[in-house]
Amino acid sequence: MHIARVVPAMRVGIDRTPWVLAGGLVVLLAAMAAGVLLGPARISPGGLGAVLADALGLADLPDAFRRDAAVLGVIRAPRVLLAAIIGAGLGAAGAAMQGLFRNPLADPGLIGVSAGAALAAVAAIVFGATLFGVAAGALGLWMLPLAAFLGGLAATLLMARLGNVGGVTGVATLLLAGVAVNALAGALTGLLIFTADDRQVRDITFWTLGSLAGARWEQVPVVAALVGLPTLGLIALARPLDALLLGEAEAFHLGHRVETVKRVAVTLAAIAVAAGVAFTGLIGFVGLVVPHLLRLGFGSGHRLVLPGSALLGGALLVLSDLAARSLAAPAELPVGVVTALIGAPFFLWLLRRAAGAQA
Amino acid sequence: MIAARGIWLKAGGRSLLADVSLEMRPGEVLVLAGPNGAGKSTLLKILAGEVTPGAGQVTLEGRPLPAWHPRDLARRRAVLGQHVGVAFPMLARDVVALGRLPWHGHPAETARDAEAIAAAQAEASVTHLAPRAHATLSGGERQRVHLARALAQLDGAGMPAALMLDEPTASLDAGHRAALLRLLRRLAGRGLAVLVVLHDLQEAAFVADRVALLEQGRLLACGPPDVALDPALLERVYGLPFRHLPGLGPIPLLAEGALTPG
Repeated sequence: MHIARVVPAMRVGIDRTPWVLAGGLVVLLAAMAAGVLLGPARISPGGLGAVLADALGLADLPDAFRRDAAVLGVIRAPRVLLAAIIGAGLGAAGAAMQGLFRNPLADPGLIGVSAGAALAAVAAIVFGATLFGVAAGALGLWMLPLAAFLGGLAATLLMARLGNVGGVTGVATLLLAGVAVNALAGALTGLLIFTADDRQVRDITFWTLGSLAGARWEQVPVVAALVGLPTLGLIALARPLDALLLGEAEAFHLGHRVETVKRVAVTLAAIAVAAGVAFTGLIGFVGLVVPHLLRLGFGSGHRLVLPGSALLGGALLVLSDLAARSLAAPAELPVGVVTALIGAPFFLWLLRRAAGAQA
Repeated sequence: MIAARGIWLKAGGRSLLADVSLEMRPGEVLVLAGPNGAGKSTLLKILAGEVTPGAGQVTLEGRPLPAWHPRDLARRRAVLGQHVGVAFPMLARDVVALGRLPWHGHPAETARDAEAIAAAQAEASVTHLAPRAHATLSGGERQRVHLARALAQLDGAGMPAALMLDEPTASLDAGHRAALLRLLRRLAGRGLAVLVVLHDLQEAAFVADRVALLEQGRLLACGPPDVALDPALLERVYGLPFRHLPGLGPIPLLAEGALTPG
């Protein structure tokens, strides 16, 4: 007891979480600023000033800058906002699933949400015009996201049911159920692609590669609610997930209702990811790479890893999208291709590094 | 303070525990002893609230365990399991700090987090290990780090608390074994109720106020070491001859010839 009073600061160190998170926020804001200001269509500083002055109500927009205002306000701003929120959701969901499954390779795909969303999206593309003619007409551009969202949730629900034996959700059983649901959804998706025509196959391919090109302002509040709120909810699970680092029995010993934590975490991750991919298509590696990077640099505490993954996940998707629309301009690369191109080599490097540390 | 009454647990048609009643008292070290598969760890899990018995009930200060909020329970009892791993790379210090999780939301106690962590590390002699990665520690060092975590968990709010340890000496060397047993005595001296599963009967006799001897899910004896570790009783349970060493009190030793190849 006496030792503690003499040297607490030296022994315990200084909690750097607030500083790291502040840094993450700066990175995200810088990425968002770059995402709005940069791109194939150049915006002059004068144009930017005029658009800002107009937006703040300081001066009317001169006609010469109408195009700049449209590029910034109508095209880029909602796109960057969506990328930031969806990337945050993917990052936080990845971190939460890795913590929950106590497995560094876990990502939201494991709970079936991506495969389910893909199956439903492909079904909507293939059957949309014919089978759901009336509904499709009423829903318009919302039909595909709605189908993907519901498909993702349905797959996760199915997986959770399969993984639940006698009221207890075993993590290993859940993982196996996720594998089974993924395989089933993949097979059904394959069947649908087999029956699709050429134009549909092209649509399907682009959906599964992910893109933010369809971003519009009216999607922003929907994504903010369905992705942003669950992301905040996941961040609030930091302490139970910290306790789960030691195992399920230990998490209970430390005062947490483990079954409730599992249910809430899987549900929130499923909603966040399903709603995100519903608007963008499949985007991989954000949920895998970002939490790993944070753990590597700053330790495994979820009070840092969860919000940090949200901030840096948002930044990564914003920058990936900027690269996607800039690299092959005027054409656009699928953003899922960009995140995988960055993510896969990085992940391989991580694996090599981890293997080296164990040797 | 923690009392089990009429505990039954069946699994696969076999009784893991049959009508076991046991009480942990503040200021006392209670040792669970018995052969492999006797139900020691299961009983510990039931007393911790981790496993629900098929029949019977466990109370903490008269209130059944399921009626306690897990967080309030965690502020009163800590558990050191047999094999505790950490899923992701962590510093030993951060593992110890996890013991403070139940005190989140208790402003007076969270203000003392740093002090409680440092004190627990000193008690478990792991202060020097604090800056090391958990994965680089030896089995015995990890065991002590997790012991420090359990101690940090119980450091607070000035209420009687219970510490449960499942074979805590298993991977410790002779020096650290002795240090751990002395620490358990010290903790009991401060009013903690200590429950510890031990295989080594000499360790049990040294550290115990009372020994509970289990065999095939039944409580054969529960009392001071000279009663519960009676050589005749031990011979019945383990099928080996035991004797008390003259002049050392009720410390059971294997009798001559016990290990003769036959």
